[in-house]
Amino acid sequence: MATEASTDAAPAPTEPSAVARSLKDAVLAGLLALGLFLPLIGFQTVTNMRNELVLETRWPLLATIVATIIAGRFVYTLFVYPWLAARAVRPASLRYRLDTKTDEKRITWKTWATLLAAGFVAAYPAMVMVIGGGQGALKWIDNFGIQILIYVMLGWGLNIVVGLAGLLDLGYVAFYAVGAYSYALLAKTFGFSFWLLLPLAGILASFWGLLLGFPVLRLRGDYLAIVTLAFGEIIRMVLINWVPVTNGYAGISGIPRPTFFGLPFNASDEGFAAYFGLEFSPIHRTIFLYYVILALALLTAYVTVRLRRLPVGRAWEALREDEIACRSLGINTTNTKLTAFAIGAMFGGFAGAFFAARQGFISPESFTFMESAIIVAIVVLGGMGSQIGVAIAAVVMIGGTEIMRDLDFLKAIFGSGFDPTQYRMLLFGLAMVLIMIWRPRGLIATRSPSVFLKTRKEVSGSLVREGHG
Amino acid sequence: MELFVQQLINGITLGSIYGLIAIGYTMVFGIIGMVNFSHGDVFMVSAFIALITFLVLTTWLGIASIFLALVIVLVVGMVLTGLLSWTIERLAYRPLRGSFRLAPLISAIGMSIFLMNFVQVTQGPRNKSVPPLVRGEFVVMDSGTFAVTLSFKQLLIWTVTAVLLAAFWYVVARTSLGRAQRACEQDRRMAALVGINVDRTISMTFVIGAALAAVAGTLYLIHYGVVSFADGFVPGIKAFTAAVLGGIGSLPGAVIGGLLIGLIETLWSSYFSHDYKDVAAFSILAITLIFLPQGILGRPDVEKV
Repeated sequence: MATEASTDAAPAPTEPSAVARSLKDAVLAGLLALGLFLPLIGFQTVTNMRNELVLETRWPLLATIVATIIAGRFVYTLFVYPWLAARAVRPASLRYRLDTKTDEKRITWKTWATLLAAGFVAAYPAMVMVIGGGQGALKWIDNFGIQILIYVMLGWGLNIVVGLAGLLDLGYVAFYAVGAYSYALLAKTFGFSFWLLLPLAGILASFWGLLLGFPVLRLRGDYLAIVTLAFGEIIRMVLINWVPVTNGYAGISGIPRPTFFGLPFNASDEGFAAYFGLEFSPIHRTIFLYYVILALALLTAYVTVRLRRLPVGRAWEALREDEIACRSLGINTTNTKLTAFAIGAMFGGFAGAFFAARQGFISPESFTFMESAIIVAIVVLGGMGSQIGVAIAAVVMIGGTEIMRDLDFLKAIFGSGFDPTQYRMLLFGLAMVLIMIWRPRGLIATRSPSVFLKTRKEVSGSLVREGHG
Repeated sequence: MELFVQQLINGITLGSIYGLIAIGYTMVFGIIGMVNFSHGDVFMVSAFIALITFLVLTTWLGIASIFLALVIVLVVGMVLTGLLSWTIERLAYRPLRGSFRLAPLISAIGMSIFLMNFVQVTQGPRNKSVPPLVRGEFVVMDSGTFAVTLSFKQLLIWTVTAVLLAAFWYVVARTSLGRAQRACEQDRRMAALVGINVDRTISMTFVIGAALAAVAGTLYLIHYGVVSFADGFVPGIKAFTAAVLGGIGSLPGAVIGGLLIGLIETLWSSYFSHDYKDVAAFSILAITLIFLPQGILGRPDVEKV
């Protein structure tokens, strides 16, 4: 197929037409794709009956993919690219006219959108109950509601470190793990209640934040990212290998569940259902957990908003913009960085304790680097420093990958052997790259300053030097 | 003593593999100041390409000579992996070159997740093992109770690494491409002013780094005889540690760092604890970055206002 197309393109006149150029380009892209995909898609290594590795071929799949790439590239170079180029040279005044909406108007619009979103989130379990009924609702509240809110909370927690203080932390999951293991071990060993251990888990996690934050104070940018990644992995390996305490790979099971002011969620006479005269249903606990994580997430957001107006929050943002200027103005960068690490870690610890209480089982598998990467992706793709953006990114990325589990109709298209869940992380990685190229500043690319002269004005993300420090 | 010598041999073998990967990290960091996070996964993909090429050669085309097969596998692996790296740079990193500093790093993390899962989806999640390709060994020292051996496999890994490093040194030190690379590393804008095609030089840097990673991937496959989709992450981090330890941006430093990391890892596993060998590598990374951020052969980073 590829060679045929290239002979068509060969006798092009000295000034090749747009079609011929696109065709040549598409064929080159096709050849490149063929080269790249031939080994990994064209062949599959399978183990046969005698436990030997043999090759199976998948030529039709390879041909389809290469043909798709050729067609896509052709359409892109012939139609999409000229259109984009034409749009880019349009006079600037035309584009800026769209921005003449006054800032006050935009802010009232934003307030309404926030209220609407808050109403939706608060009423979500009831709505799902009405639409889905018993079993369906359980899945929707647990897999979507609670799961997404955990990541929203983690994203907001990490946002303090990455978005406000500009320190890229690739080991955030370590604090999540510290919180989860603190709750699990203390609750199982001493039988303390969830509400006592929740703050304790936060405090322990923030101690770890200080402990890990201290040595990395001198590092900047990429180096800091890599060292925090190393710390995250070290903590996970200790969890794996310190079997007497953590039970290694097997993890900790039978972690006590939280109670409703002392009323356990079970079918007994002292249980929540019996006390309120309801029929026992597992959904009570799920709804309760939903509101707990919602409250925790909102607490994170509220504390962040308030902290941004305090001297420490302003110091964080100043540090993100320019560390040297900060130092010359007398800001104690050591304390500023450490508070960011500790407070971010504390919220990670809260989320970890909640995670352990919700699952009832934890193992090192839940705290891999991939989790850290997902949280960082949510913060960066949402727009570092923007709380709404982080929340939207968490809903899109986590909700999107969760929804992959339910796409049964795809089996009808791709055959019954097609398992959409396999492609979750594949698409996640791809989405990270694409969103980064499309909007390097994240989905919400404007920041609202905490200090302003007369009116609050959104500033473009391009004016913010995120992640410099 | 015999155990020590044996671990020295094993460590150098492992270290050559890390050193080859580390060059890719150090070159890219030197030239565009970016941690190429997906490099470890490019290395893993190259091991799969080597595995598949080898199976095609032996089971389909019936090439019996291991030597010939190995040469073809190396060449095919280097070409295809170079192509892969060129494509990744073009699609995922080049559009972000003028962007804020963390943008390419995030893009690279996404690419790393993508590559890892792409291989998992296309080749399956299980470990792929091949029968040992090169058998036989020399006995170097024999004290009666413990014989120190140097297997042909290890000798092969040393030889291939040495030859490739020599070729690589020639490219960097003697060709116009190498000169362009060194110029870009010193000052990209100035290099562009004197007529160096900076974009192409950066692309070629990615290609060369990936080609060396492909050699490492092939050698990894020969050394361990098994590869899985998740094998890019930890060797990638260790190779990055090697690059940092040797002084990031310094090419001989990357090789020295690789050998050191290989030695530390094998000696640590034999004298202390096998379970914590990755912890040792990660700790070295943290300790080096905190106390010796310029590495052994690197230049100290001067803070400019």
